[in-house]
Amino acid sequence: MSEALATMPAATSTPPRRTGILGDRIFFWIVTACGLIVLAALLAAAASMLWGGLSAFRTFGFGFITGTEWDPVAGHFAGLVPIYGTLVTSALAMIIGVPVSLGIAVFITEVAPRAIRGPVGGAIELLAGIPSIIYGMWGLFTFAPFMSDYVQPILIDWLGPIPLIGALFSGAPLGIGMLTSGIVLAVMIIPFISSVMRDVFLVVPPQLKESAYALGSTKWEVVRDIVIPHTRTAVVGGIFLGLGRALGETMAVTFVLGNTHNIAISLMEPGTSIAATLANEFAEASDDLYRSSLTALGLILFVVTFIVLAAAKVMLVRMARQRGE
Amino acid sequence: MASSSTSLYRRRQLGSLIALTLCGIATALGLVFLIWIIWTTLLHGLAALSPALITEMTPPPGEDGGGLANAFMGSLLMVFLAVVIGTPIGVLAGTFLSEFSRGKKLGETIRFVNDILLSAPSIIIGLFVYELIVRPTGRFSGFAGGIALAFIFVPVVVRTTDEMLRLVPDVMREAALSLGIPRWKVTVNVLYRSASTGILTGILLAIARISGETAPLLFTALNNQYWSLDMTQPMANIPVVIFQFAMSPYEQWQNLAWAGAFVMTAFVLILSVVSRSFLNRKGGK
Repeated sequence: MSEALATMPAATSTPPRRTGILGDRIFFWIVTACGLIVLAALLAAAASMLWGGLSAFRTFGFGFITGTEWDPVAGHFAGLVPIYGTLVTSALAMIIGVPVSLGIAVFITEVAPRAIRGPVGGAIELLAGIPSIIYGMWGLFTFAPFMSDYVQPILIDWLGPIPLIGALFSGAPLGIGMLTSGIVLAVMIIPFISSVMRDVFLVVPPQLKESAYALGSTKWEVVRDIVIPHTRTAVVGGIFLGLGRALGETMAVTFVLGNTHNIAISLMEPGTSIAATLANEFAEASDDLYRSSLTALGLILFVVTFIVLAAAKVMLVRMARQRGE
Repeated sequence: MASSSTSLYRRRQLGSLIALTLCGIATALGLVFLIWIIWTTLLHGLAALSPALITEMTPPPGEDGGGLANAFMGSLLMVFLAVVIGTPIGVLAGTFLSEFSRGKKLGETIRFVNDILLSAPSIIIGLFVYELIVRPTGRFSGFAGGIALAFIFVPVVVRTTDEMLRLVPDVMREAALSLGIPRWKVTVNVLYRSASTGILTGILLAIARISGETAPLLFTALNNQYWSLDMTQPMANIPVVIFQFAMSPYEQWQNLAWAGAFVMTAFVLILSVVSRSFLNRKGGK
């Protein structure tokens, strides 16, 4: 039905009244132009950052990605430290956030009494509405002291002495740092991941679940062996969506990461991420090469998040097709 | 034989119980964080709230008193600019996706790109607008800030408009077209009218989204210590002031930051809850 509507040219669907045809033609072009603006915005963003970061890439070459030096005074820039920080904090956020999101989605769709499903789901979604700078302030003033007083000393005492893993949990309980940032990021991406999971869990055909129950499966077995495998693609899509958010999150991380150009194995140490470096330094960056290096970092972030988000979208679309939308 | 199968069954039941309890704990954890964050903002924010907040300018460091009047005004102006620029573009682009590109590759591509823009890092938008406007004009300005916000505003409106128009039954389009009404009139007078609540909700949601955005304003609007309505100059705005004041060592600045954070969070959350409840009612019908 919709196909027919789309392919029907305006001229045949309206009687040959000149004003109508002209109006239709103008309207079509206006609307198309606005659609193209969206497309152009993405291309222009990529192009402008490529343009801006060109001189940094030209000056430092491939070493821009592998080097660790970041010295505005000497005019030497290499991005490995912020890249490392972005990857580590996002990885931590995923390690913490994905299981929790899965738990929340399962709780809302399978466990909770019907009456509280809506309110609980709505409350979790509210987390997504809180501006990220509020997460940052809460992280800096409330959560970081909590971490340094209660959580980090325990981690350092218990996990510090263990060989290999111990190195991750050594050092002073500063509060701010990789681990705290990872946790704050996890809280921020939980609503996105869990709402995707919840939506797809809800559309698993009841016959599948009922058949499994009839064979004597427990509730958890139904979730593990029926619901999750059936929605696998979309679940991974949701996780990627969360990852895309975590990689580019700026304000919260800027508050709690510590902003020191520092690569450390310990998760207790402060560091910096691409987004935090941009937020802190860009407005003050005085010379062109400095600014260009920051833009180049932005381009790297843009390319990585684009790939991650595109993969997420492809997976979610595939799931929607399967459902026959 | 019978006893071993009961013990297996019991073990599976126990496993299920443990797993589902963990799910409950995960949910509780999420809610704890929500309450903790809102509680912190409420506690610090209410303590710092005073009428001076909207009557006085941002104070110099270390000085008592002062408010956020210039920042509120700046935010208001820039959000307004973003809405004015973004609404027509967003609604029309949404119309294109829903009405004029069905089954076409171009439409699919734009929808795909729009969804990516929807979750793209907002600091990237800041960089982009810096290259686009700040660098050519040679200065930070309220215009640049408003345009940066518009880039975040548009994808949200495109998405909701597209979805809301697609909810309008095809029968209505066919009925209107069969009367010989030109297509643009059908779109404006029939489709927009029946999807108006949904489209408006999308705009409100988008306003909620951009009101709290900080990253794109950091190097577009920058900040301004004084009262200014001149959009061609750097402009104070709530998120950047909060950022600057919260990171400072001065207590009065930190208090003001909390007050601003409280007002902003309350505004954003109320707006998004109200508009979401509209949307849900619409979707539930």
